[in-house]
Amino acid sequence: MNEILEIIEQDPKKDPSEIALLTGYSEKEVKTRIKELEDSGIIRKYKAVIDWDKVGEEYVYAIIELKITLGDRSGYDTIAHRIASFNEVRSIRLISGDHDLSLTVRGKSMKDVAFFVAEKIATLDQVQSTVTHFVLKTYKEDGVPLFEQEKSKRLAISP
Amino acid sequence: MTDVKKFLSDKIKTVPPSGIRKYFDMVIGMDDVISLGVGEPDFVTPWHIREACIYSLEKGHTSYTSNSGLIELREAISDSFHNDYGVDYNPEDQVLVTTGVSEAADLALRALVNPGDEVILHEPCYVSYKPSIILSGGTPVPVSTTRDNEFRVTGEQIEAAVTERTKAIILSYPNNPTGAVMQKQDLEELADVVVEHDLLVISDEVYDKLTYNGKHTCFSSLNGMEERTILLNGLSKSHAMTGLRVGYAMGPPGLISAMLLIHQYTMLCAPITAQMGAIEALRNGEAEMQAMVREYNRRRRLFVTGLNRLGLDCFEPRGAFYAFPSVESTGMTSSQFAEELLHQQKVAVVPGEVFGQSGDGFLRCSYASGLDELKTALEKIEDFLS
Repeated sequence: MNEILEIIEQDPKKDPSEIALLTGYSEKEVKTRIKELEDSGIIRKYKAVIDWDKVGEEYVYAIIELKITLGDRSGYDTIAHRIASFNEVRSIRLISGDHDLSLTVRGKSMKDVAFFVAEKIATLDQVQSTVTHFVLKTYKEDGVPLFEQEKSKRLAISP
Repeated sequence: MTDVKKFLSDKIKTVPPSGIRKYFDMVIGMDDVISLGVGEPDFVTPWHIREACIYSLEKGHTSYTSNSGLIELREAISDSFHNDYGVDYNPEDQVLVTTGVSEAADLALRALVNPGDEVILHEPCYVSYKPSIILSGGTPVPVSTTRDNEFRVTGEQIEAAVTERTKAIILSYPNNPTGAVMQKQDLEELADVVVEHDLLVISDEVYDKLTYNGKHTCFSSLNGMEERTILLNGLSKSHAMTGLRVGYAMGPPGLISAMLLIHQYTMLCAPITAQMGAIEALRNGEAEMQAMVREYNRRRRLFVTGLNRLGLDCFEPRGAFYAFPSVESTGMTSSQFAEELLHQQKVAVVPGEVFGQSGDGFLRCSYASGLDELKTALEKIEDFLS
């Protein structure tokens, strides 16, 4: 099971027939297992890592840290679910340290992101303070380096 | 003009040139070759190991080390064998760090062999053993393993090769070039012959970590074999560290000290930067190593299935990163096949006879390449055959 997941995590586009070859399962078994993994929510979504800078698309990303004051009857989950519902929010995590929640926000411009934080996030009752870090450059995303790496200089024939 | 060759020793003239050289020269200068001819991992050394090397340089660790190698490294090696195989080697006097396993093999042979002593080796095997035996003054006695027995050597074969002059056997499983492994009972059979004829075993187990669908048996873990084994291993294959050159030998103190004697007068010590990296690899490298092994295993399944589908009969290799298909069905010899394939399709493989006569009719195909490359190679071999 983990074997299939490891392959899919690296390459979600891999054909079930090839996964069968790689794992030694039959193609039918692979399909059944993948279906199970999808149905049970272990596989959440298939997603591409895109270098938007290369496309020339001007996205602006910011990491925003929030201090939270918990209300009487609600915990972190409630406020986190609420913030997660905004399309602008790409990820949200409960973190240890000086702040409580860390979000990644994507917008079309710095103004866009700044307004979003000021109007939608900072105004929430439980949000005590915000710190916004604009992303200047992304070097690695989801385990994928976004820079060119030097090719190996391995000899073509060696003992 | 002076013929400089007259200065060469008689011994060096008896060492045959490496058969692999010819193929190396053929590939040189060709562009876009898909190579299945490589005897090393395609992975780059994991970053945490490279970083440890860099950090050691930053701190100014550029001196010689103890001839035996850094004690922390010897301890880490000793611990890993205790944990993996339950064999115990004292890091003080039973572990010698060498510049790759090739040096360790050379040291072992030079420490053991008297002129005229015979050393048995099973072929096909790694290209260096035979020349190393000759250079040490010994006589190589090759024993041929066969496809029928999945390239395992038997006690019977060894016994038939033993004479009064036999000093040692070189064992190398998991095997380069065949990918063959030995099961515990196969090795026990050999151990009986070793005791019976009072022999020593040099066991090169550098591919031990690359074993699939089964666990490797360390030869010295067999009953009574610790005192009769010089165990050779290294980090080249397991941690993708070939160019860093870290190998080691382990065995009875009386033998290791003799090897150390040669090592201290010739190599002095393995490079300190690489030793520092090796410590990191052994302490913290298990997870990345296992990930590489899983990846090799996937490639192995895909590639071996692919070869068999093309009619290139290939037994299931359970170790190292080589497949060893037969070219019998094509009517070509293995060297014809390799040369034609290279010229027509730009796919490089190494014909089996380079690794000993009994490798004739087979090809060594390394699957230490990315999946896409392996798939392209299979397609090109298919085009070649049609």
